[in-house]
Amino acid sequence: MQSCTHLIVGASHAGLTALSAIRMNEPDAAIVMATREDHLPYSPTVLPYVVSGRSDPAKVTLRSESFFDENKVSYLRKATLLALDTGANTAHFPDGRSIRYEKLLLATGASPNIPPIPGLKDVPFHVLRTMDDALGLKKAMVKGKRALVLGAGLIGTHAAENMAEAGMKVTIVEARGQVLPGYFDHQASGIIETAFKAHGIELVFGRAVKEIKSGQALLENGDAIPFDLLLVATGVRPDLSYLQGSGVKSDGGILVDELQRTNISNVWAAGDCARARLFQSEATGIAGILPIAVEQGRIVGQAMTDDAGVRNFPGSVSLNTYTFFGQQAISVGAGEAPESETSLCVDEDRNTYLKIVIKDGRLMGAAAVNQALDPGILWQLVLRRTDLSEVREAFLADPKTISRMLMSRIWR
Amino acid sequence: MSAYNSLTYNASLCVGCTECMKACALAKTGDATNLDQSRIKIVPAQEPEKFEAAICRQCGDAKCVMNCPSGALTKNGANGVIDWNADTCVNCLLCTVGCVYGGITYEASVGHVAKCDTCGGDPACVKVCKSGALGYVTTASIYNDYGDKEDMFVPGLAACQGCNSELMIRHVMRKLGRNVVVAAPPGCIPGMGTVGYNGKAGAKIPIFHPLLTNTASMLSGIKRTFERQGRDVTALALAGDGGTSDVGFQSLSGAAERGERILFICFDNEGYMNTGMQASGATSFGSWTSTTPVGDKLHGKSTDAKNLPMVMMMHNAAYVATASSVFMEDFYQKLDKAVEASKHGFAYLHLYAPCPSGWRFPAGLTIDICRLMVESNFVTLWDYTPGGGLEFTHPVDTPKPLDSYLKAIGKYRHLANEQVDRIKKLLEDRLSMLKRFQKA
Ligand SMILES: Cc1cc2nc3c(=O)[nH]c(=O)nc-3n(C[C@H](O)[C@H](O)[C@H](O)COP(=O)(O)OP(=O)(O)OC[C@H]3O[C@@H](n4cnc5c(N)ncnc54)[C@H](O)[C@@H]3O)c2cc1C
Ligand code: SF4
Repeated sequence: MQSCTHLIVGASHAGLTALSAIRMNEPDAAIVMATREDHLPYSPTVLPYVVSGRSDPAKVTLRSESFFDENKVSYLRKATLLALDTGANTAHFPDGRSIRYEKLLLATGASPNIPPIPGLKDVPFHVLRTMDDALGLKKAMVKGKRALVLGAGLIGTHAAENMAEAGMKVTIVEARGQVLPGYFDHQASGIIETAFKAHGIELVFGRAVKEIKSGQALLENGDAIPFDLLLVATGVRPDLSYLQGSGVKSDGGILVDELQRTNISNVWAAGDCARARLFQSEATGIAGILPIAVEQGRIVGQAMTDDAGVRNFPGSVSLNTYTFFGQQAISVGAGEAPESETSLCVDEDRNTYLKIVIKDGRLMGAAAVNQALDPGILWQLVLRRTDLSEVREAFLADPKTISRMLMSRIWR
Repeated sequence: MSAYNSLTYNASLCVGCTECMKACALAKTGDATNLDQSRIKIVPAQEPEKFEAAICRQCGDAKCVMNCPSGALTKNGANGVIDWNADTCVNCLLCTVGCVYGGITYEASVGHVAKCDTCGGDPACVKVCKSGALGYVTTASIYNDYGDKEDMFVPGLAACQGCNSELMIRHVMRKLGRNVVVAAPPGCIPGMGTVGYNGKAGAKIPIFHPLLTNTASMLSGIKRTFERQGRDVTALALAGDGGTSDVGFQSLSGAAERGERILFICFDNEGYMNTGMQASGATSFGSWTSTTPVGDKLHGKSTDAKNLPMVMMMHNAAYVATASSVFMEDFYQKLDKAVEASKHGFAYLHLYAPCPSGWRFPAGLTIDICRLMVESNFVTLWDYTPGGGLEFTHPVDTPKPLDSYLKAIGKYRHLANEQVDRIKKLLEDRLSMLKRFQKA
């Protein structure tokens, strides 16, 4: 049986960042990185650009073959984790392959969440999470045909834009009342929706699909939307079937402590598969975003190598950058908070929007459309609970300049 | 792995003229007026007339790179710059989420993210900065040049933690290589095991242990023997300040007078540290040592240190210089000149080597103390040749307060105001005296 010091399952942002951190501390430890894919590592986030043709699938790999050679990492393709024996420190893969590890990182991300809509499983539909999904969708897009997208989150909106740009007639159905709920309020998403409509995309809000039947989606109110291509983008959820019988605790996501360790002492989890603390709430949750996968990946890599410099994960902050039809939207932190004050600055002529939420002199969140900000600096201001009272007015008037000034003086 | 050159910004010197931003915008876009296009952003600070900056730090473990889903950002292993690839960037802005420094940013007028690329190692902004706030530190090239060279001393020498002398003898010998014979008179340097210990060698080069008194004369004899054999070998002394200024002075003075072709390096830690921190002639005024204690009557050393490099300047030496481990480029240049000079005359290098154990400061601060020492003008860095005169190699026009130096070191903790005043006066006198030797 193959054995190693560190076994990393999953070859995307969380796993790769952990890998770098491990190598930084342990130049010689035996590392195996296993992925269910037959590709070199790539990011799910780049897939809309593969669909649109902007990105060449051959050029979006995050690491080259030689990277793994140079770093003495054994990269296993088509190695889907099937089951774990945490008592024997052994992971089981297809074709009877097993690997014994000293320390294990689960960074298996998430999978599309398929809603239990009657009739859905009987029709062909697309999702967008893997390279093969993207290539399949790209091939299926035919000019002039009708596309229906279920869900107006990041994946649905990105794909809808791709398909509209490819000349399809696109409709998005979203049960909630706006695009990108959770990241932007009605007013900001209104700007995004205007751009979508201007590009011929039809938006149907506030109604759920009741049934899929003979090439159409039937809505609760009786409306029927016919389609030639169906894309399901109703959120993601980790596929943790491999945990069965392993004793690793999960609740929708793998439960971890502040150093991303599971209830089993030599097993860690990071990224979209982990349920970790949230910064702006008492609850735990799956962040489902790339920067948090990177953040957790680094902490795990340090924790797995007993790095004295490791710091507790402060909790996920909601972060989002979204580009649509050449425009940009950014959101950091909470869009609203009890007992907070909100400053709103909308310029309809210039098509810009800026909202800042402050509570007790501390930044809770900011959202902007077509207005340049440095989200990385704002994220730090939220995490550090930096007192803005002295610069409040200036900050509200010009958050970009003032946050750069604060960065330079506080953590330069 | 290599070390990298880096751009530096000193907010306290910045006058906010934004010349750097104009130069950057011009270099990157051909239009100096579009400051949004500048990769360096100078912003007003909270205090009037003060400024702050946002710029890419070319991080070693860069989060923008980790956050990039398209592989458009990569750390360039050769020059350390984070390269951005316009061809593969998908403009998702996730790098701007990862960067906590505002080092990679999106500006609508540009239409994509932009970041500093150090202009290929010759940054346009630094060239136009008149205040000295921006700098381009190239010290890293020293690490690259010397990092792979052979260390001539064994690992595990028993110097104190934070010893500057150990660090510097290793640097000296990495540079000089094997064609050297070394004299290490009694002091910390042989004490830490360089001349061997427990029947084992401490160095990979011929090294011997003369008496304190006869270092320069033994070395002179050895050098002459090599010359007679027709061999060009560098004869080098690695001595402490006691072995140089007090006990070893007579033979040193004679060798300099005769123009012996040797290189004498003094590691000045201001005392006989390995025998229990007794004062030497090089110990500075007011210092606590075990022979200049602090009590009712005595308040540390009551006489001024003799300034050995100045003494050697008056000694027919072919080359004299002072150096510090915080300015390694300067140090290496002087070492080169000294080796060259020792081929035809006597060369003397005086290295300021703060001692955490004897001076009483935390071992982790040695290099900071070295820096403060120079930047407060407690010591001055210069070199001298009889033909060329004296040149200050790191002039400090606006020195850090002397107090900041004295307060950082335990052996000065007891100093009364009058004592500090006397040190100040002494330093001023020394500086003006040195200036009289300056080349026109
Ligand atoms: C279309 C799309 C657009 C997105 N846009 C954004 C965006 O704009 N901003 C943002 O912040 N986030 C975005 N995301 C989310 C972001 O991609 C994820 O948060 C991020 O990739 C999470 O990284 P991860 O390493 O945790 O998991 P993943 O990237 O999901 O990687 C999981 C890895 O585990 C492997 N794996 C899974 N199961 C197994 C198994 N059983 N055995 C072996 N290997 C397994 C997979 O092959 C993969 O290598 C987007 C996602 C998608 C799909
Ligand atoms: S904007 Fe470009 S460089 Fe930045 S993360 Fe996205 S793809 Fe990478």
